[in-house]
Amino acid sequence: MPASASPDLLGRSGRTDRQRGAGPSVGMPRWLWLPAGLAAAFIIVPLAAIILRVDLASFPALITSPSALEALWLSLRTAGASTLLCIVLGVPLSTVLARTGFRGQGLVRSLVLLPLVLPPVVSGLALLYTFGRRGLLGQSLDLVGIQIPFTTLAVVMAQTFVALPFLVISLEGALRTSGTRYEAVAATLGARPTTVYRRVTLPLVAPGLLSGSVLAFARCLGEFGATITFAGNLPGVTSTMPLQVYLLRVDDPDAAVALSLVLVVVAVAVIGFARHGRAL
Amino acid sequence: MITRTSISAVVAVTALLALAGCGSSSEGTEKRELTVFAAASLTDTFTELAEQFEKEHPGVKVTTSFGGSSDLVAQIEDGAPADVFASADTKNMDKLGDLATDPQDFASNTLEIATPPGNPAEIGGFQDLAKAGTKVVVCAAEVPCGSATAEMEKKTGVDIEPVSEEQSVSDVLAKVTSGDADAGLVYVTDVTAAGGTVTGVEFAESDEVVNTYPISALDGADDADLAQEFVDLVRSESGQKVLSDAGFGQP
Repeated sequence: MPASASPDLLGRSGRTDRQRGAGPSVGMPRWLWLPAGLAAAFIIVPLAAIILRVDLASFPALITSPSALEALWLSLRTAGASTLLCIVLGVPLSTVLARTGFRGQGLVRSLVLLPLVLPPVVSGLALLYTFGRRGLLGQSLDLVGIQIPFTTLAVVMAQTFVALPFLVISLEGALRTSGTRYEAVAATLGARPTTVYRRVTLPLVAPGLLSGSVLAFARCLGEFGATITFAGNLPGVTSTMPLQVYLLRVDDPDAAVALSLVLVVVAVAVIGFARHGRAL
Repeated sequence: MITRTSISAVVAVTALLALAGCGSSSEGTEKRELTVFAAASLTDTFTELAEQFEKEHPGVKVTTSFGGSSDLVAQIEDGAPADVFASADTKNMDKLGDLATDPQDFASNTLEIATPPGNPAEIGGFQDLAKAGTKVVVCAAEVPCGSATAEMEKKTGVDIEPVSEEQSVSDVLAKVTSGDADAGLVYVTDVTAAGGTVTGVEFAESDEVVNTYPISALDGADDADLAQEFVDLVRSESGQKVLSDAGFGQP
């Protein structure tokens, strides 16, 4: 079992923590309650404020309008596809980063995690200069008739670009914590590397993979800057929920607030599902 | 011990900086300040006019904030400290109601097609924007340039199927200059301001939809006279010259 005592990114404590129980308490300085309370309030009050702004009478009509449903469906589809892509690309990358050591590995890790801290607009520009019609690769793609900007594929690529590091960082951590002891035992019993990877390594890090995937999905759902820069904004094709919220916020604030609430609810549901998913 | 002292020092310095930051506006009571909110399409002209105003009024500091007209209106309604507002259309100025003391038209603008340099897709006129396979980027109907676009489509009977509906003129231009769109619909003045990064294509029907720009001092301006003087400068002969040089039409 992973011996992680600290909660992971989704707030789930490792099992050892619970088994150990409270024990002799060192005691926390009482004054910490004040700044801690302020910090919690700083996050929670704005969330409450947006809920209070919802016009309950018109809420059902606003969130079931064809344009809202279209944006929600597009958001869920693209975020789902991007998360799958993150898993397909991120699991091998995390394994290589956690299980091997090669020259320049630290540099590679820093670079692939960069989208975590990069402003999303910059990520969008980077994608545009790569896959745009005059981009590094886009020029060649254009010659064979493939044009990515302004398509739903561009939305998926933008989301994958910004969300992949979330999965990699979670999973690499889980792989390092789980260690290689069980893998070594399986290997001595005659299992081939692929079998060990499939039957031992991946099941051991399943919780890390789940939390990484959930974080990636949530990040995809909220993606705005890279999408608007790289994919543009067209209803049903590239106009996801965050883009709709941004466009509607001035002329139709009620609709913007209603859509925002839907995003908050979906985010809460996803995180809640993941927190309890471990028990399954 | 050293750590604790240094942490306290960092906290103290941070707090001081924060306080200084909040208090800085109350310093220098000698200086008069004027804050001008103006539509994004006025960025170049109003920056120039603000400098001119500062020259003519020693001791006055003009701060400009540019953005989509509807965004700026929302900010003003939410209490942003603006003294003067210049809108890209009358609709947004009207939204302010009594907050705008005396709106007056000062310029007009028409639509023009912007294409990547050299016009590779050979766009010749407005009807070419509806050609199959042409990647056209327009403003979303919620923003002034978008409502002008929608009106133009209605008047000409040309039905554009854009690949993207952007939030502002500058977003449209960005997609055109990067070469990813074949054409974008923006204002004449935006094509002028973009210089060589785009090629403009004028079209015959452009006169049919004219956007009028109103300007007004705002109720609650710190210095109502100073605000009105700025409005007067914009409407003066020298102000109008700056605007017409940038491609704006008469109001």
